Amino acid sequence: MSVTETTAPAASAPVIVPPAVTAPAAERDLRLDLFRGLALWLIFLDHIPSNIVSWVTIRNYGFSDATEIFIFISGYTAAFVYGRAMKERGFIVSGARILKRAWQIYVAHIFLFMIYLAEIAYVARGFNNPLYAEEAGILDFLQQPDVTIVEALLLKFKPSNMDVLPLYIVLLLLFPPILWLLQRKATLALLASAALYAAAWEFGWNLPAFPNGHWYFNPFAWQLLFVFGAWCALGGADRLSALLKSKVTIAVAALYLLFAFCITLTWHFPRLEHLLVPKWLSDEIYPIDKTNLDVLRFAHFLALAAVTVHFIPRDWPFLSSKYLKPAIICGQHSLEIFCFGVFLAFAAHFAKVQISGGVAMQIAVSLLGILAMIGAAWLISWYKTIEGRKPGARPKTPDADLAGGEA
Amino acid sequence: MTTLQIARFLSILVLVISPAAMAPAQEQDGCDVPSYFVSGDAQLKHVEEAVKKTKRLTIAVLGTGSSALTGSEGAAKAYPARLQAALERRLPAVTVNVVSLAKMRQTAADMAKALDKVLIDEKPDLVLWQTGTVDAMRGIDPDEFRSSIDDGVEKLQAGQADVVLINMQYSPRTESMIQLGTYLDGMRVVARDRDVPLFDRLGLMRYWNDNGAFDLYAAAKDNALASKVHDCLGRALASLIIESAHLEKFESKAAQ
Repeated sequence: MSVTETTAPAASAPVIVPPAVTAPAAERDLRLDLFRGLALWLIFLDHIPSNIVSWVTIRNYGFSDATEIFIFISGYTAAFVYGRAMKERGFIVSGARILKRAWQIYVAHIFLFMIYLAEIAYVARGFNNPLYAEEAGILDFLQQPDVTIVEALLLKFKPSNMDVLPLYIVLLLLFPPILWLLQRKATLALLASAALYAAAWEFGWNLPAFPNGHWYFNPFAWQLLFVFGAWCALGGADRLSALLKSKVTIAVAALYLLFAFCITLTWHFPRLEHLLVPKWLSDEIYPIDKTNLDVLRFAHFLALAAVTVHFIPRDWPFLSSKYLKPAIICGQHSLEIFCFGVFLAFAAHFAKVQISGGVAMQIAVSLLGILAMIGAAWLISWYKTIEGRKPGARPKTPDADLAGGEA
Repeated sequence: MTTLQIARFLSILVLVISPAAMAPAQEQDGCDVPSYFVSGDAQLKHVEEAVKKTKRLTIAVLGTGSSALTGSEGAAKAYPARLQAALERRLPAVTVNVVSLAKMRQTAADMAKALDKVLIDEKPDLVLWQTGTVDAMRGIDPDEFRSSIDDGVEKLQAGQADVVLINMQYSPRTESMIQLGTYLDGMRVVARDRDVPLFDRLGLMRYWNDNGAFDLYAAAKDNALASKVHDCLGRALASLIIESAHLEKFESKAAQ
């Protein structure tokens, strides 16, 4: 699944960059890699159940979480990479490349599902605690692999923590026509995306899941964030720059972040609820719907992005610091590192179940997991370097990860 | 899984910053229950009235597999029976009757259908409604789940019964397999909207696991552990009911 796109010809591909992060500023915005790398770490921490370290993650301090960051940046980079391909090679070729990427992600998802099955099957053995007779029923799906595995291949059965990649697959499948429209009538494309979002809310559109219900991340709602990212990449960010420079915008964004922080505080301290959240307000805001990308979450992400972009400019000197490099290289290989993170979260749960679930163990698996993600990203960079330098190798391929990444 | 993490974060923070809030409501046989698990702003008015006027209290427990224990002594050791024992001990002047209507594998919607019958058959002053696990395991639409409980609570309140919602168990072995987050949030929302207490069984069991009172990671069949956990849950529920219905004045001094 690691994956330079070897069949795609080179056109004006960026030079393959060694692990040291030295791409020209005009080509790439390192902030994208940095924040996507951080988002991958946070997603990993949040995926480890009952993990004390996960209180550092942003979902504890506001409405949105790392998923929003990840999907937005993925839309941004997908438009950046495939937008150029579509300009230079046309709709068919770039569309085919996008579909190929979707296929790679599908394969990665099924690979992770296998690992998940292996872990579950192992943990299920000898699980006979009378307190949990009911919960043990979740393991029943192991009894009927004919149904379970087929539903998993159809992306209807998605164990917990395995919802993001299927969302991503659907987003990429929808992406060629959206990209086509974005390059011609950017605003119209964004409006169409918003209309689809509104329609999904109005009519309750979502994809079905197995054994019941719907997708945890509704693709018809979450596409708004992905398309918005793509729109920003294709000139939207420049169009917004006046707005983003305005002090009023930043003040409004900061106030909203503060508001969200106060509300989330009442989740940690229910006693504060009556102090901070009057009944009319709670009637208004709850429930904050993650499945359908609640507008409060979307707004929280926008506010977060506006404030971040304001305080961290594109040419922020610290971006080339060696301290940020671990996060940046993780962000540059996001599909691989995302998948690895899902695997590591399973492994962390497994270690907690088999060895100990204590606080020391939670801290250890969190730190080791992030170190492993950094090590893997480093290794992938290194592989790309040696492949790129190999004499007589095939023409250098446009490396989507290094151009800002596809995953 | 947001709320799972938050619950943990909460318990740690409270531990750090306000030792006073941790004063255990009861500390017999290792059942340490921090007071924030058994107190809240929601009141149990029908319970208060029934105890004052009739000195009788009828409680129906609506639940699924985690409200029962198997085996010949299962019924006596599960938390509904333990709750009855704790209330009888602490409120000696009150005749307490706890009826357990737990049935395996019922969703909130299944249980909501039976509420009319429960109101007629048992005429409860209080319904303890334990739910969420089955819905989360089956992936029932969270909106449907929430509206089932919401309608159910409304119906019970209209039928002159107080309600306490009981959320899921803390089950560390299966917690990466069952996504509880949206269902927990749904129960919290209903509890707040309908002004009913939510007994945070998940948070409390996690607290016991984390402070070493019980090892809930254990995989093996251990009936003694299960009985102890249920006994502690029953006692904690008794505290919640006494506190929310202002029954302290009926408490026997000896039992405190």
